[in-house]
Amino acid sequence: MLLDAQAAHWFNTPMADAPSAPMPVVRFETHPSRYQHIKLSFDGPVARLALDVVEDKPLRPGYVLKQNSYDLGVDIELADAVQRLRFEHPEVRAVVVTSAQPKIFCAGANIYMLGSSTHAFKVNFCKYTNETRLSLEEACGESGQHYIAALNGVAAGGGYELALACEHIVLCDDGSSAVSFPETPLLAVLPGTGGLTRLVDKRKVRRDLADVFSTLAEGVRGKRARDWRLVDEVSPKSKFDETVLARAKAFVDATPEKKGPGVALPALEPKRWEDGGRTGADYRYVSIGINKAERLAEITILGPEGTPPASADALRKLGAEAWHLRMSRELDDALVDLRFNQPEVGLVLLRTRGDGAAVRAWDEALLSLAKDDWFAKEVLLQLKRTMKRLDLTAKSLFAIAEPESCFAGTLFEVALAADRTYAKSGETQAFVGLSSMNFGPLPMSNGLSRLATRFLAEPARVKELEGEKEFIDAEDALDKGLVTFAPDDIDWEDEVRIAIEERVSLSPDALTGMEANLRFAGPETVETKIFARLSAWQNWIFQRPNAVGDRGALTMYGRPERPEFDWRRT
Amino acid sequence: MSTVVTSEKIPNNVDLASDKKLQRALEAWQPKFVDWWKQMGPEGFQEDDVYLRTAVSVDADGWAHYDYVKMPDYRWGIFLADPIADRKIGFGDFMGQDAWQTIPGEFRNVLRRLVVTQGDTEPASVEQQRLLGQNCPSLYDLRNLFQVNVEEGRHLWAMVYLLQSYFGRDGREEAEALLERRSGNPDKPRILGAFNEPCKHWLSFFSFTYFTDRDGKYQLLALAESGFDPLARTTRFMLTEEAHHMFVGETGLQRIIERTVELMKKNSNEDARAEGGIDLQTIQRFINFWYSVSLDLFGGEISSNAANYFASSLKGRAKEDKYDDHVALTQTMNIDVPIVESGAYKGMKTEEVPLRNAMNEVLREEYVVDSQRGLDKWNRILEKAGIAFRFKLPHRRFHRSGGIYAGLHFDTEGNPISKDVWETKKYEWIPSPADDEYVASLMTKPIFDPNEMANWIAPPPRGIKGQPVNYQYVRHEA
Repeated sequence: MLLDAQAAHWFNTPMADAPSAPMPVVRFETHPSRYQHIKLSFDGPVARLALDVVEDKPLRPGYVLKQNSYDLGVDIELADAVQRLRFEHPEVRAVVVTSAQPKIFCAGANIYMLGSSTHAFKVNFCKYTNETRLSLEEACGESGQHYIAALNGVAAGGGYELALACEHIVLCDDGSSAVSFPETPLLAVLPGTGGLTRLVDKRKVRRDLADVFSTLAEGVRGKRARDWRLVDEVSPKSKFDETVLARAKAFVDATPEKKGPGVALPALEPKRWEDGGRTGADYRYVSIGINKAERLAEITILGPEGTPPASADALRKLGAEAWHLRMSRELDDALVDLRFNQPEVGLVLLRTRGDGAAVRAWDEALLSLAKDDWFAKEVLLQLKRTMKRLDLTAKSLFAIAEPESCFAGTLFEVALAADRTYAKSGETQAFVGLSSMNFGPLPMSNGLSRLATRFLAEPARVKELEGEKEFIDAEDALDKGLVTFAPDDIDWEDEVRIAIEERVSLSPDALTGMEANLRFAGPETVETKIFARLSAWQNWIFQRPNAVGDRGALTMYGRPERPEFDWRRT
Repeated sequence: MSTVVTSEKIPNNVDLASDKKLQRALEAWQPKFVDWWKQMGPEGFQEDDVYLRTAVSVDADGWAHYDYVKMPDYRWGIFLADPIADRKIGFGDFMGQDAWQTIPGEFRNVLRRLVVTQGDTEPASVEQQRLLGQNCPSLYDLRNLFQVNVEEGRHLWAMVYLLQSYFGRDGREEAEALLERRSGNPDKPRILGAFNEPCKHWLSFFSFTYFTDRDGKYQLLALAESGFDPLARTTRFMLTEEAHHMFVGETGLQRIIERTVELMKKNSNEDARAEGGIDLQTIQRFINFWYSVSLDLFGGEISSNAANYFASSLKGRAKEDKYDDHVALTQTMNIDVPIVESGAYKGMKTEEVPLRNAMNEVLREEYVVDSQRGLDKWNRILEKAGIAFRFKLPHRRFHRSGGIYAGLHFDTEGNPISKDVWETKKYEWIPSPADDEYVASLMTKPIFDPNEMANWIAPPPRGIKGQPVNYQYVRHEA
């Protein structure tokens, strides 16, 4: 019934992978005053995030956002809301995620949006929404903001996946509200935003019940949903608001209060430029330049200026302008811009400029403040998320360390995230430096630091490096395994040029697959499973004729004929 | 305490005696059904002898038996229309194949949903009508009400039979859930909206049986074509009973109109209300209301579910035989779809919808034509009496809360209007709380004297099964 309502506008929708409707440039910055689909309200320590998706305001024309279904535009608002709640509303300790529309919580990602998107867009969309949900989960675990999904209607597909990202799920027991994963039985694809992983790994739903649930298009309602662990509690309609509020209050009571006011996040307002075949954007600490013809982007990050804040008050005074926060927000914005708006860019050169000692000093200051100050801790978490975003960006990443660079501490993480690092040696050398930031506060999706992941075979090396207080020149860094190559003055330019030219000539598909496999050595976590296993399978299925072929289920969905499958198992 | 289910207790033509599994399932369900009936069935008349028709076979001449029975002792039976030898599927992608005697696994969930949705309406209507007996206009009408009620109960049995025979444990659980939901209860409402609307008085009852049961008729006609033979046979037999329900609605409204005309003639201002009757405008408003909520029951105008049901040969069109093309893959239907921008109506555009996706609309179309027939009859009464007023079905866009017109506002002619206009004018078109109150005020005292008839309704031309109109259809101690 629910997906049915999404279907009503199939007939005026352009079909499939057609590049006919060009993707408009997507901007990721927004503000509650500009939200179209999300209603954010506050009652002391309890915030209410209500989905009220406006049907006729899709991100691009060609589909209708029926039944609180979402597209990237909706998710950008959601990501912004989660982010602002962390920084601007420290008083909030419980967030109720619910729907402002009757009978429907959320019907998931809009099927016709998916059907009319390019494959690359779908993959990036899926990745971005996954990152948003992980950030929401992180807020529950690390920021003392507990998300409660108040399912006052049907939560289907991505709608239920959003609920799964919340810490607690309350389902209205009104005979019609249900949770469901109709993707496999109706569309022949997967719930690809962490759903399957979270069912068995996070909620520990028994795999046989998860199997039944994931093939039952109409989903599961009421007490059975609770018995199967699909939701945490059910509540009759007449008591629903009361139950949700009581649950929110319980979370509030169990969560310590944060001291001090929130920190506003102003718009980044980069200066965008165009110069012949090159385009780019200059933020305060980050600049990005793109050479379309060469399929190359260059990101340069400036280190901090001046002395680091010595107290929580001093950091608060800097607010959103504090280097770590400002820089990581800028880098984050540049990365999502690259992913969505520059699909043809294959290689990103990562550069830094500034004083490595200053980076280390700022790092140590932030880490020391983060022990007691919520804001410092939030800045650290933001940094962590941005570095993960870098790890998960499907572009080749080369760090280029030059004499003017400041690959130290936080910025050395950027080099560690890269697929390779070229550090200049010889007369004028590049130096790299470590800080406490490199030894734990910024773990990757696999739960390990980038150094620990790098030296998986030799954990002792990491221990040794912890004692390394000096800056390390390129030659030495090469010996210590911290950079990949250290060409001298004679070779530097040629080596780097050739490496770039070689890299951009390789198949982008193979590179994406290769990099994703090499970047995440070490243990599996829910997070790595979501990105590496669930998303990879989903991306494969999304390409297959059984989903998107002429008679595939996704193609045929909403049409008068039934799909036809190629029955051979792969 | 378990009741042994026997074919004596449950008249049937499904050889219940030899089906141990089904017997056991029904044994567990039957006491719960009787409890439900006692709790939610007609209030205040459970111990009375009622002159009821009981289905005892499916023979065209003589399928029913008439006698006095206490309602809780009614013999709710399980009857399937006789099988058609070598029946072939008559539409959809499986057209021409043998009709299924068991459920194909791939359609099990979809079919269960269909059966549950249909089944849920049956007890729902009994619940909606449970207090009506307490202000009945006559014993004749009281008996008709109960006849409708027990047969809705039997239709529930018919659906439960399918659930328990063919859908395993899920089916048994769904069968229990049918007894647990309650019409109008926000915590456990009935599945479809119209079945949660209270039926507060007899004008609503007659409107319901005329309009809403007619939706039931078309749903049953569509299911009677199903490739799943037990469903087809069950619904075919249900249709014979459903006809009586619509008869109750049609003649009930007709008798009210006849009486209104009489009262208008009596009054110098032709004011029926002044004479304690129901004025024609009020009747029109009830028609507008119940017709529009019943239109919603057909589902979305453009529906992938409908396409899927048809493609899967699960639900066809009413009387599929009369169509030439039973695959319906090449035809389309033009549907006026509202253009909405930022929540504001910006006109209509005609969309060419693949016919399979428009199957709900195809069925609704037939319903609209069928609904008009009663109005034509009632208008002839007005014409004969020289009254200028004519009843009219509102436009199908009017007062819709499902489908493509939901959330927008249209007048009874189908012209778009603003929300403000709707708010100011709606009680010209649908019953106001005052209308409900007025109609209910005419019905505060039940009529239990067989020789009496309430003032607001005319007596029927004849009684039931050859009995006089003033027969003691219900033996009730007042």
